[in-house]
Amino acid sequence: MAAIEAPAAIAADIQEGRGRYRALARRKLLILALLAAALALSFAVDLAWGPARYGLDQVLLALFDPSTVSAQVRTVVWDIRMPVAVMALVVGAALSAAGAQMQTILANPLASPFTLGISAAASFGAALAIVIEIPLLPVAAAFMVPVDAFVMALVATLFIHFVSQLRGATVQTVVLLGIALVFTFNALLAFVQYLASETALQAVVFWTMGSLTKATWPKIWITLAVVALALPLFARNAWALTAIRLGEDKAASFGINVRRVRLETMLIVSLLAAVPVSFVGTIGFVGLVGPHVARMILGEDQRFFLPGSVLCGALLLSLTSIVSKSIIPGVVFPIGIITALVGVPFFFSLILSNVKRSW
Amino acid sequence: MLRLDNVGALYGRRLAVSEVTTPQLQSGEIVAVIGPNAAGKSTLFRRIAGLLHGPGEVHLSQSGKGSRAVAYMPQDTGANAVLTVYESILMARKQGQSWRVEDADLRVIDDIMAALDIVPIAFRDLGALSGGQRQLVAIAQTLVREPEIVLMDEPTSALDLHRQVEVLELMRAEAQRRGMLVLIAIHDLNQALRFADKVIVIADGRMRACGAAADVITAQMLRDIYRVDARIEKCSRDYNHVIVDGRAENAALGALQG
Repeated sequence: MAAIEAPAAIAADIQEGRGRYRALARRKLLILALLAAALALSFAVDLAWGPARYGLDQVLLALFDPSTVSAQVRTVVWDIRMPVAVMALVVGAALSAAGAQMQTILANPLASPFTLGISAAASFGAALAIVIEIPLLPVAAAFMVPVDAFVMALVATLFIHFVSQLRGATVQTVVLLGIALVFTFNALLAFVQYLASETALQAVVFWTMGSLTKATWPKIWITLAVVALALPLFARNAWALTAIRLGEDKAASFGINVRRVRLETMLIVSLLAAVPVSFVGTIGFVGLVGPHVARMILGEDQRFFLPGSVLCGALLLSLTSIVSKSIIPGVVFPIGIITALVGVPFFFSLILSNVKRSW
Repeated sequence: MLRLDNVGALYGRRLAVSEVTTPQLQSGEIVAVIGPNAAGKSTLFRRIAGLLHGPGEVHLSQSGKGSRAVAYMPQDTGANAVLTVYESILMARKQGQSWRVEDADLRVIDDIMAALDIVPIAFRDLGALSGGQRQLVAIAQTLVREPEIVLMDEPTSALDLHRQVEVLELMRAEAQRRGMLVLIAIHDLNQALRFADKVIVIADGRMRACGAAADVITAQMLRDIYRVDARIEKCSRDYNHVIVDGRAENAALGALQG
């Protein structure tokens, strides 16, 4: 609107406004770069860490010049540790992106796949497959567990979405609905567990703990494909999603088709939340804490918030993967246990320090 | 530029506004939309903005294209997103566009912030603003889209007197300079008399009058629509002023016809 003329006296302030915005954007890009660097370092340490202790130099050689290290180092790094370390990054990124967009479109700081019962639904689906061997979709037996988990997670996500769209549904309604879903699916899970044989019960319990040791390359590629599909779609709606955080009415006043953006986002979120959970089990709090950390350091301009959430989620799970191998030498704890133990107190501190400012 | 032909607005199946017909509202005009609380002013704006469906025709003639032709500023300006004022205005400007922020975008934002005198709060978080500051930011978010028709729902309700005059003067200057049509829902009838070229009166979901401010805002209208006894008197500077004497006894809606 070139027609508006600013008084000459504040021309310097205007210049400062433009300059300050550019500086702010540069600072946020720097933060993203630092997060990416921290992620690369964490990934390298995750590869180096394990019962067989190799130096970072050996791991880097195994990565970039495999012929210079022994076959044992190559096998440990590439075949044993690499799938777990990569899965940590991909799953962390997926769950955090899912949590970030759930929080955005549901206008709810407590929204995440874990807190709204989507993970519980996936666990129930997995238990159905493991214990009763009921395929929810006609697929090969090898994929029955992830597919059943995915279908149940999808059902839960869409249920939350449609209830949140009902007239009179508030932020509190959605949280209470999530709690109800967690209890419902946990009760159904207990029911199925009660019917399970000892072997099946063991499998279900291990699955619900969430473990990256289940990682295989096909699972990694599928999860990565979902992330690669989801992020550009979120990115395309970046300005609209940022506006939705200002309220539905406000966003609609900008000419945004809020219903379409919400439904589209929720469908992608259901994929992002369900696929990793269906492969590696229940991993809580990454989808909650990752976006909160990103929001604290980058704000909610989706151009920075989305990549920030992805990086924070991946970094959190990568660090947790290292911790899971460090508690007792030679023992790798299921990562879901660690994320819960680390995530809960961390989340408490977030609530006490920042939630009033952010929401 | 804008003409309403027997326009109504539906909330679900309920017809919340009906039978609104206006003459051609021209570019450069300020049109005040007045009426009691819950009369249907916001509903009418939402219908014009395309956010509600309903019978009748909204005739828009515009030189530009797309959603930017009409900008609607809703009444509720509450926002808790973790964004600075500057980022929130940039976001409003860039809707439907690429991620890339050009210098031209930032120049427009800077100019509007300066015109609204909100440069000092440019990098404050939205959550830390007062109600009045939020309203000014909402106005900036509306103007930054460079619309041809602006629908402002009580844009000055949280502003102090100085800010009210500042905003209304800015809107009048912008309307004339850019050929923008500005519809403002407003409760302050003296401001409407002072700044509006035309006035539309809405009550009970229907249009009761439409015309020049001095012709529409009359003692009879105030008695019929607002149920108050009032006089319209000229001040020493020849402006019309509404002076309210008290509540009217036995007043009833419906005496005026558009």
